[in-house]
Amino acid sequence: MFPAPVPTRLLAAVGLVVSVAACSSAPTAGTPDTFSVWDPYPQFTAESEWVRTIEKCGAEAGVKIQRQAYDTTDLTSKVLLAAQQRTAPHVLVVDNPVVSTLVEAGVLKPNSEAGLDAGQVSPNLVAAGTVDGQTYGVPIGANTLALYYNKAVLAGAGVDPASVKDWESLNAALAKVKAAGKKGITFSAIGTEEGSFQFLPWFWGAGASLTDLPSGRAALELWKSWLDNGYAPNSVVGNTQTTSWQEFATGEYAFAENGTWQLGNAKKAGFEYGVIPIPGRTGGTAPAPTGGEFVTVPVQDNKDTEAKAGRIASCLTAPDKVLAADTALTYISAVPSVQQQQVSAQPELAVWVEAVKNAKGRTGDNLGTRYPRISQPLWGAVQAALTGAKAPEAALRDAQASVK
Amino acid sequence: MRSRLAGWAFLVPLVAYLAVCYAYPLFTNVDLSIRGYTVRSFVSGGAPLVGFANYATVFGDPTFRTALLNTVLFTVISLFFQYTIGLAAALFFARGFRLSATLRALFLVPWLLPLIVSASTWAWLLNSESGLVNAALKVVGLGPVNWLTSPEWSLVSVTIANIWIGIPFNLVVLYSGLQNISRDVYEASALDGASGWQTFWHVTFPLLRPVSAITLLLGLVYTLKVFDVIWIMTKGGPSGSSTTLATWSYELGFGNVLPRFGPSAAVGNVLILIAVVAGLLYIRVQRRQELS
Repeated sequence: MFPAPVPTRLLAAVGLVVSVAACSSAPTAGTPDTFSVWDPYPQFTAESEWVRTIEKCGAEAGVKIQRQAYDTTDLTSKVLLAAQQRTAPHVLVVDNPVVSTLVEAGVLKPNSEAGLDAGQVSPNLVAAGTVDGQTYGVPIGANTLALYYNKAVLAGAGVDPASVKDWESLNAALAKVKAAGKKGITFSAIGTEEGSFQFLPWFWGAGASLTDLPSGRAALELWKSWLDNGYAPNSVVGNTQTTSWQEFATGEYAFAENGTWQLGNAKKAGFEYGVIPIPGRTGGTAPAPTGGEFVTVPVQDNKDTEAKAGRIASCLTAPDKVLAADTALTYISAVPSVQQQQVSAQPELAVWVEAVKNAKGRTGDNLGTRYPRISQPLWGAVQAALTGAKAPEAALRDAQASVK
Repeated sequence: MRSRLAGWAFLVPLVAYLAVCYAYPLFTNVDLSIRGYTVRSFVSGGAPLVGFANYATVFGDPTFRTALLNTVLFTVISLFFQYTIGLAAALFFARGFRLSATLRALFLVPWLLPLIVSASTWAWLLNSESGLVNAALKVVGLGPVNWLTSPEWSLVSVTIANIWIGIPFNLVVLYSGLQNISRDVYEASALDGASGWQTFWHVTFPLLRPVSAITLLLGLVYTLKVFDVIWIMTKGGPSGSSTTLATWSYELGFGNVLPRFGPSAAVGNVLILIAVVAGLLYIRVQRRQELS
């Protein structure tokens, strides 16, 4: 049995490889002197105001900062994996609908234990981070949806943007634009979370509730009628919010449903634009979903580490620091007093501040992790109805039946 | 004895590599698929064994039938056209004319382009509103087609793009296969007065069979798991009309804020199983060929 020792050695070698891999990611005991911060802003380089703010906050807490930026769609699985390996970042900036998922996974510390305070923030914005009465994290800012319009196209069609007050007047405006030979409206109805995000203002604007999808029938019929009447292009079915914006930027479209983050691009579009809130079915401003990230503190093995991370997170969301980040992101601040500073500096933001005040968190109303389970059938229903595969009512009924 | 030891020692790197990079991930994937993972148990451990419950969920989902049918259609149609067009092009280039080497090199471009580039280019070409294809249809007096945004066309569109990407691979492998067929057999068939068509069916095609088999098998395994092209062009939509098992597995695991690891891993394993069956079939066919 001479060869016998060799497999043992082989096992040892494999074991060595595995344990080396494990060592490199083993959690460190005690408080580290370098804190990791993960955010979904890869567009910000090391020289940006945002990264300088993080470093300043680190210095105030007496630690060095290692910042890592991920694509926002990657961040959820990266954080879950890191938490599984107990290498979660010390401070995590994450998209607001993901917060309730991470809370369910047990990854985040509630504010009461991490020393964070979301008291200054408008309650409708905090809602996305509130699970069972506990709040996890503080919003860094907020964005939401509204209707951009092309002034020249509307003037050419004889439409006064101020006349768009409800769905009926919006339809009338779209009919006039079409009659004038221009294109009506573009939006994004892609089969991802973006599609649900864009549909929600109309869904909620029809008075519907996410726990009863067929109640939003009127909204889906409105979208479908836009495609049938040629007010909206067929490409909306595959549009992301970026490609939808590119359509609007051609100058052919009267309206585009898009977000606060496009303001910078709007200025570069080469035509005069305006912004109106998305109208509710019978008037008023429809509640649009809130976008934007929360600054959160993931669970660590060490209480002191968590406390220090909480200090860094508080610093990042402090009113004096957050304005720079919100300006860079073209977000509306989550703090009413800072919102006023923003409006006095840039009066065109007033309509967005108004929209953010009316906005609703997707995971709010105590939906939490039920939201993703509703959202996926919802975007499926929107696609099925817009492509004519199902009638709007049937599509929503089927979607409701498949909510698990 | 020493040489035996040395033999084992030489094996170690390979075995370690296989264990770390193949066996362990495969084991993890199987493990994921037979446990009832929630996000909480994914992070803190302790997911209960649920046996085949995830597979039952997957097989019972109406999406499974669509995804399976789409996978079969996508794979079979892709392979058929990639192979026939690739073979036709290989025969064309095998005649060796001026500039044929240059042209053959140009044919390789689709294979060399990063998939994100080719898929995005196709998505742009086939866009309903601003796409070049619809603009061309308009010039010849045809109405626009919603290539990527109608349930009838979306699978066709992604299949066309995938065929285009796969032709060069078939061309290169079949071309080198053709080079290995002895000139003598052609000469003999010419002396016997065989027409070009007869030569192809009775000489070229049978002699090319081993190369064809491996080309098709590699193509099959590659096409089964195609994900990027479909995801970039249609996200498997609209409303699931171009969903394949590969995109569905991704959608379950990563397409949503709330990941469903168990069912996602189950779909992945079904896909692996299909590829393994195809591989075994190939080995059987090959063995029978060697015997005969």
